[in-house]
Amino acid sequence: MSERMTLPAYRRDPEGTHPPLDSPAYRSTVLRHPKQPLVLLPQRLTEVTGPLLGPGRIGPQDNDLTRQREGEPVGQRILVHGRLLDGDGSPVRNSLVEIWQANAAGRYRHTGDRWPAPLDPNFDGVGRTLTDEDGRYEFLTVKPGAYPWANHDNAWRPAHIHFSVFGSAFTQRLVTQMYFPDDPLFDQDPIFNSVPDPKARERMISRFDLSRTVESWALAFEFDIVLRGREASVFEDEEET
Amino acid sequence: MTANLGSTPSQTVGPFLSIGLPWTDGPAVTADEDTDAVWIRGVVSDGAGEPVPDALVETWQADQDGRFDHPDDPRGAVPGFRGFGRCPTEPDGSYAIRTVLPGAVPGQAPHIDVSVFARGLLNRVVTRIYFPEHADQHRTDPVLLGVPAQRRHTLIAVPTGDGYRFDVRLQGEDETVFFDV
Repeated sequence: MSERMTLPAYRRDPEGTHPPLDSPAYRSTVLRHPKQPLVLLPQRLTEVTGPLLGPGRIGPQDNDLTRQREGEPVGQRILVHGRLLDGDGSPVRNSLVEIWQANAAGRYRHTGDRWPAPLDPNFDGVGRTLTDEDGRYEFLTVKPGAYPWANHDNAWRPAHIHFSVFGSAFTQRLVTQMYFPDDPLFDQDPIFNSVPDPKARERMISRFDLSRTVESWALAFEFDIVLRGREASVFEDEEET
Repeated sequence: MTANLGSTPSQTVGPFLSIGLPWTDGPAVTADEDTDAVWIRGVVSDGAGEPVPDALVETWQADQDGRFDHPDDPRGAVPGFRGFGRCPTEPDGSYAIRTVLPGAVPGQAPHIDVSVFARGLLNRVVTRIYFPEHADQHRTDPVLLGVPAQRRHTLIAVPTGDGYRFDVRLQGEDETVFFDV
């Protein structure tokens, strides 16, 4: 029996877009990067499909990190908004966006975070939302602080928010970090600088958005996330033996 | 003309992913009452053979008939099976996913796609789980045939009392085969 299937395919990103798994300046990669070459996997049915995670995953206040506890968290309120797009500029609709971050003092609500900055009883630092029909999302949160880490002498992470997105195919799955404009810590940060292409690196930096600031309430930053675009459909001939 | 926008780069999940990513029902790909359920258990370890306690394992698979709940399946979406599992590792590096054995998709042996995220991984690594009872289909599976013969065993789960064991070795001896998708 032979089957002829029309499958979408996703463009591979140019060299330099994503960090090499072996990035010695980020010390934790040393024992965790594969040493054997990656095996090229042609995109087949399992790779061009992917989980479509929708409304069942979201509670009513999951995108407002300032209202998940009794009181308000300390820190500067910020509205973080943007669009989830594929490389062709098409919106990725009704798609799960997850974030996690440190509090305004740069501390995570995690037992492993031993940095002696205060925990905020009113801040969990976890948010979820769905993109709308235009691929738009927004979160209300507080600006995370920078924090020290043991990677190198006097190492500090630039302020950042972790983002997790799925797109519509296994090939598009992405976890990234959103940074803030003009952070003085960029130059010494091996995680930010692990991205070889400087233009790609800049795509992780949000834009201050005066138009979306909220009068006497919150600053605003815009951060679009772009996933791999589709190539023209290809035919896949497969013989079952 | 369509735009060709540059992709946003990948970054590590960092050490504190467990505050943001896990779900209570994440490891349950199939319902608790499903009598066909199997456990896939394993340990994620690093190049020193040490367990990785700050990793997350995600799985994506077809249902028992080899179908996906997805509009881009050219045979049509079959709704009802999430197909997705997600489990953070414990302090001993272990994870566990409760699921059903996938059916074969056309031209391929039954398999599960896996992503592993962790501190120290600037991008996810991707692998596949195959099952030992499909040895005949493995001889013609186009993805397995693309893997050097002496490394294929790292992609085949090992039977256990309640399912299978699939360890992920990020580096070193018997390093798991990882794919560029």
